[in-house]
Amino acid sequence: MSKLPLHTISVLVANKPGVLVRIALVFARRGYNIDSLVVSPTVNPKFSRMTITAKGDLETLEQIIKNVNKLIDVIHCGEHPANTVEKELALLKTKASPAVKAFVAKNTRKFHVRIDDASEGCYIIEQTGTTAELDEFEALIRKYGILEMIRTGKILITRGKETT
Amino acid sequence: MNKESSKTQPKKSMNGAQALVKCLENFGVEYIWGLSGGAAIPIFDALVGSKIKLILTRHEQGATHMADGYARVTGRPGVVLVTSGPGATNTVTGILTAMMDSVPIIVLTGQTLTSMLGKDAFQEADISGITMPVVKHSYLVKNTNDIPRIIKEAWHICQTGRPGPVLVDLPKDITSAPFSGESLDPEMDIPGYKKDTPSPHKADIVKMAKFFKGKKKPLLLVGHGAVLSRAGAAIKKLAEKLGSPVTNTLLGKGEFPETHPLSLGMLGMHGTAYANKALINCDLILSIGSRWDDRINGNNNEFCVDAKKLHIDVDFSEINKIVKPDAWVVGQAREVVEELVKLVGPLDTADWLKEMAYYKKEFPLKYSTNNGLTAQQVIDTCYKVTQGKAIVATDVGQHQMWAAQFYRADKGNHWLSSGGAGTMGYGFPAAIGAQFAAPNNLVVAIVGDGGFQMTLYELSTVFVHKLPVKVLIIDNKYLGMVRQWQELFFDNRLSGVDLEGNPDFVKLAESYGIKGFHMNKPEQCESVMQEAMNYKGPCVIHAEVIKEDNVFPMIPAGKSAFHMIVEKPTAKMEKPSGST
Repeated sequence: MSKLPLHTISVLVANKPGVLVRIALVFARRGYNIDSLVVSPTVNPKFSRMTITAKGDLETLEQIIKNVNKLIDVIHCGEHPANTVEKELALLKTKASPAVKAFVAKNTRKFHVRIDDASEGCYIIEQTGTTAELDEFEALIRKYGILEMIRTGKILITRGKETT
Repeated sequence: MNKESSKTQPKKSMNGAQALVKCLENFGVEYIWGLSGGAAIPIFDALVGSKIKLILTRHEQGATHMADGYARVTGRPGVVLVTSGPGATNTVTGILTAMMDSVPIIVLTGQTLTSMLGKDAFQEADISGITMPVVKHSYLVKNTNDIPRIIKEAWHICQTGRPGPVLVDLPKDITSAPFSGESLDPEMDIPGYKKDTPSPHKADIVKMAKFFKGKKKPLLLVGHGAVLSRAGAAIKKLAEKLGSPVTNTLLGKGEFPETHPLSLGMLGMHGTAYANKALINCDLILSIGSRWDDRINGNNNEFCVDAKKLHIDVDFSEINKIVKPDAWVVGQAREVVEELVKLVGPLDTADWLKEMAYYKKEFPLKYSTNNGLTAQQVIDTCYKVTQGKAIVATDVGQHQMWAAQFYRADKGNHWLSSGGAGTMGYGFPAAIGAQFAAPNNLVVAIVGDGGFQMTLYELSTVFVHKLPVKVLIIDNKYLGMVRQWQELFFDNRLSGVDLEGNPDFVKLAESYGIKGFHMNKPEQCESVMQEAMNYKGPCVIHAEVIKEDNVFPMIPAGKSAFHMIVEKPTAKMEKPSGST
């Protein structure tokens, strides 16, 4: 299969029941696979922000954005503006060992990692960073064995005065 | 207390259902089509003594198509009321039909108690979930006091911008509980619905107008958006000023009169040969509220390759969806065309019009009366006898295409057909809705023997309400359009198309207390049609036509207009690449 580009789509929605289903249907119908989806409150309790990463061709993306914008409960939908700060958080579970401990300590600065918990012979390592940084660290720590991993999915916000 | 505030002021002892009915009355709703059931009883109860006339149908699908027919004729929302579970799911086909053709209807469904939602209660169906992909918007009401706001929003949303169906699911405890809201006319809360009536950008219209300069072979394509925004007068002005021929989609029929010398009639798969020739040869095509449906453009790679393509649509998501236009304007068709006509000048189209006249003469729509009664003769005779003045509702299939070809429409809201969804069973109930909307107009349902049997039980509705609908059944004892495909593309291997066991339609009508007429010979056609159309009251005209006739011209699905055939081919045809 050819590699399809990954897109980040930001959607501001009214907090109404069913809005997530309606948006998911627009993606599913057009064959777009959602990689990650984050729903979070905004400063205004009437609205929520969804940050969606999904793979697919540009032409279909244009149709998806237009059709999501058409939904009554969607205030705004667009591919994310270039000028943003983006972050993601990961929790990784490994076996507790001096080697892992040393590895985390060595990379604390570079990858913003730390050990949150050590119980029953396991570490839980926390990392925040860009999606690319999370991918990179995951690849590096893989050699020690990852027992379990969970990631929040990407969130982003535009820099400066412009709203997302 | 003045009159206005007494309207919006709730009564002290109102329940949710009564507040709902009061809101609908305040919007001027005349009719509700529906069928009762346990979860909807409080709402039906609230309709007792209301100004709104409740029309009891025999099936919920019929109710949705009646509301749809009413909405297409009047431009006002049609309202449907059904119960939960199967009552609600029976409306799905009608909702899809309205969605695909952008028709404003509101479907109110009863629902089980909120405390029982998701617990497989008796007659529970997650109808808002089931219909999500086929509604413009929907609601599951969780609070009695929200009813007036939700009804106001539904009323607004279904008919503004690009119209469409809105579903409101009403649990029984919500409609039964006391209403304690302050107003029956509260503020709407739809901050995401800013695009209800987009104003066209002047600059876009100016840009579009420039494309007309120096063009010699323009073509205007009129779609349903033109009908919905009542753009006919503006389009006539534009066509006459440019000297441009005009073609229309199935749903655009009549908004620009098909009897006008510049009209080429319907284009596309079963459109006129001259309209399709114009499509091939034009140097500019302007779609006015058409979404370049696959019935008209067949193969996108070969569609109007040498022509500049211009697109007017109220829905931004239609721009670039199928055709990438050279210029486009988002806005109501009427508003845009009214502006556009000021910015364009007459074009030198004398040769182009001569070419069209040649094609009209060379490839006319035609039929023979030598080999028995044909559907074309029946419909053509109906057209002549009614002088083209009837409101026509069709079903789906061969008769629909023949009706589109031979019943020339002069008014957009006088032609009702299920275009996008292609819903068999639509025609007859839609005609009933049209007759409610226009009680003094002649309304004819042109249906096939297959489709009519899907909703024929509404003969009771016609009888009870003494609606003088004329039902013209084109009976070829086949699901004819599929049989045609099987003949042309599948070596005539007929499968699942023979409608043996059809009833005697005259006796059937009589059993409902409705007059029946019959014809099966070419020489009977005119006199029977005269008698039937002059009959005061509802009637069924059973026209037994030759069994194995085909609709031509025809463009095989997935092909461009280059591949049009105007008569039965002698060589075997390859299977079409298009879906249907």
